[in-house]
Amino acid sequence: MGRTLAEKVWDDHVVRRAEGEPDLLFIDLHLLHEVTSPQAFDGLRQAGRPVRRLDLTIATEDHNTPTLDIDKPIADPVSRAQLETLRKNCADFGVRLHSLGDVEQGVVHVVGPQLGLTQPGTTVVCGDSHTSTHGAFGALAFGIGTSQVEHVLATQTLPLARPKTMAITVDGELPDGVTAKDLILAIIARIGTGGGQGYILEYRGPAIEKLSMEARMTICNMSIEAGARAGMIAPDETTFAYLKGRAHAPEGEDWDAAVAYWKTLRTDQDAEFDAEVVIDGAALSPFVTWGTNPGQGLPLSASVPDPASYEDASERLAAEKALEYMGLDAGQPLRDIKVDTVFVGSCTNGRIEDLRAAASIVEGRKVADGVRMLVVPGSARVGLQAVSEGLDVVFKEAGAEWRHAGCSMCLGMNPDQLAPGERSASTSNRNFEGRQGKGGRTHLVSPQVAAATAVLGHLASPADLSDAPAARTPAGV
Amino acid sequence: MEAFTTHTGRAVPLRRSNVDTDQIIPAHWLKKVTRDGFEDGLFEAWRKDPSFILNQPEREGATVLVAGPDFGTGSSREHAVWALQNYGFKAVVSSRFADIFRGNSLKNGLLTVVLEQKIVDALQELAERDPQAEITVDLEAREVRAEGITAAFELDENARWRLLNGLDDISITLQNEADITAYEAKRPSHKPRTVQV
Repeated sequence: MGRTLAEKVWDDHVVRRAEGEPDLLFIDLHLLHEVTSPQAFDGLRQAGRPVRRLDLTIATEDHNTPTLDIDKPIADPVSRAQLETLRKNCADFGVRLHSLGDVEQGVVHVVGPQLGLTQPGTTVVCGDSHTSTHGAFGALAFGIGTSQVEHVLATQTLPLARPKTMAITVDGELPDGVTAKDLILAIIARIGTGGGQGYILEYRGPAIEKLSMEARMTICNMSIEAGARAGMIAPDETTFAYLKGRAHAPEGEDWDAAVAYWKTLRTDQDAEFDAEVVIDGAALSPFVTWGTNPGQGLPLSASVPDPASYEDASERLAAEKALEYMGLDAGQPLRDIKVDTVFVGSCTNGRIEDLRAAASIVEGRKVADGVRMLVVPGSARVGLQAVSEGLDVVFKEAGAEWRHAGCSMCLGMNPDQLAPGERSASTSNRNFEGRQGKGGRTHLVSPQVAAATAVLGHLASPADLSDAPAARTPAGV
Repeated sequence: MEAFTTHTGRAVPLRRSNVDTDQIIPAHWLKKVTRDGFEDGLFEAWRKDPSFILNQPEREGATVLVAGPDFGTGSSREHAVWALQNYGFKAVVSSRFADIFRGNSLKNGLLTVVLEQKIVDALQELAERDPQAEITVDLEAREVRAEGITAAFELDENARWRLLNGLDDISITLQNEADITAYEAKRPSHKPRTVQV
């Protein structure tokens, strides 16, 4: 019987397979950042172990880094100490590090692909659940805990039980104005935050094949929000074109050999998935979340659901708690929800294509009174690219704040946070309680919806801008 | 890792689904560079509410968390496991755990036990009715026992063996050093490298 893409990549990395044991998998690329690595390096020190493969390891600073005044000492002493710990660990063990201020610094999941380190058919791990992003290249990429970070540093392998596979086939063509973010939010709403538990997802079908690499990364990034550790997309000409010429992409004969291998990384016709989901891409529209987990989402045209409409008791209770936390009423149109802050950035939507999309909507317009719009490029290079295209000027002229690269308000480990009760439209990946700051309320949206929301001051899509912007007076919240 | 064989303790019923790791330990706690000192951050936001279950005096010293479905979703932060352990929890029972959280828990000797929802409901009802009721989580017998309840649970044999013996994964893997070296020798030259060494 044929094999799925995930099974092929898995099989190619088995170092040891024995009855009654998990497979021992080789790891091709290990990405590190300051938050989940200090205790792992401590463990190495205590055991007197070196980093086994420095040439397959790379570190950057992202979670704690400020997005303003990056040339000054970091104000928060605890954040500063954590970054200094990473710098010391990388220096002591010889790990390549891109620190704040370095042109290759940025959100770890933006940095790997832009350097060309993330390649089809590789295994990629990082102490961060959004490592699933790299699956967009046909890599098997997943987040790990700190104990596993230490394990990979010491052995370049991980013992793992093979997950099941799930096909998510997106038929048809996404309508104009519908983005990868809308698609993945709709998928999560459909299968639920636990729907992917125990599976590697493979996104496939005509709507997926048409997506750019940036859009594919947005999709794979949020696999974890559906409960799946990893999500993958088979590599194709779009993938090869993205990689060609990047700093760490293969060259010459190696390129030819790599492409020949990469072309074999497709699910065989006769392969069987353990589960299959089919989505009609043509039926989708801009999608936003209303609750406190990424599965609590609906089309922007819908209204806040009534918890009483849920048959499942635990879903009903979750909806009740979510509405209470979010300060929303059942039946309220989602378009009437006013926001205080708009965040464009993160490993989900902080790439150049995302910034272009948001800029094209705010260009010549103004951010609504009382709304703060933060634009945070996913990496220093994305920031430079945006500046070279004049996007920073577009954002600033519209009244948005243009910042330096990092995770920023996606999780608020740096000073970029919501105040209690503040509400955001955010292009990030998690709307958990307090995720963007204690008491903060998050609505997950695409960059396009974020930009339109910034202009109108309430949840909106670009289509809402064409007819009488600013004339609408939202009721409710 | 500390070995886990069997544990008996009082329970905390947590009637919430989808408890994500941001709720278990908020991000600002992740700036610490140690594996301890996370107990005050456990469920930090919810503990500000005096009516929250962990704030009830009769729950003090409880060691078994009986949680709603999909516990530990979201971030890969192992700090969530450390926070539960630092606070004093030895085991967590739920009908479903997020994959990364489950993996992290078993690497630290925090036993995560999967039981059918109706048994989880029964354990929660028992713990709510009688805060002094004890729950036994027996890894040797692969069984959870409480007043009127006996339920078998599954755990793969390899993970169980490592937990029962408190074994360090890295040492086990390094016993296969020859396999790793052999694999490395046959990796194709087109695979990416971060630095030339």
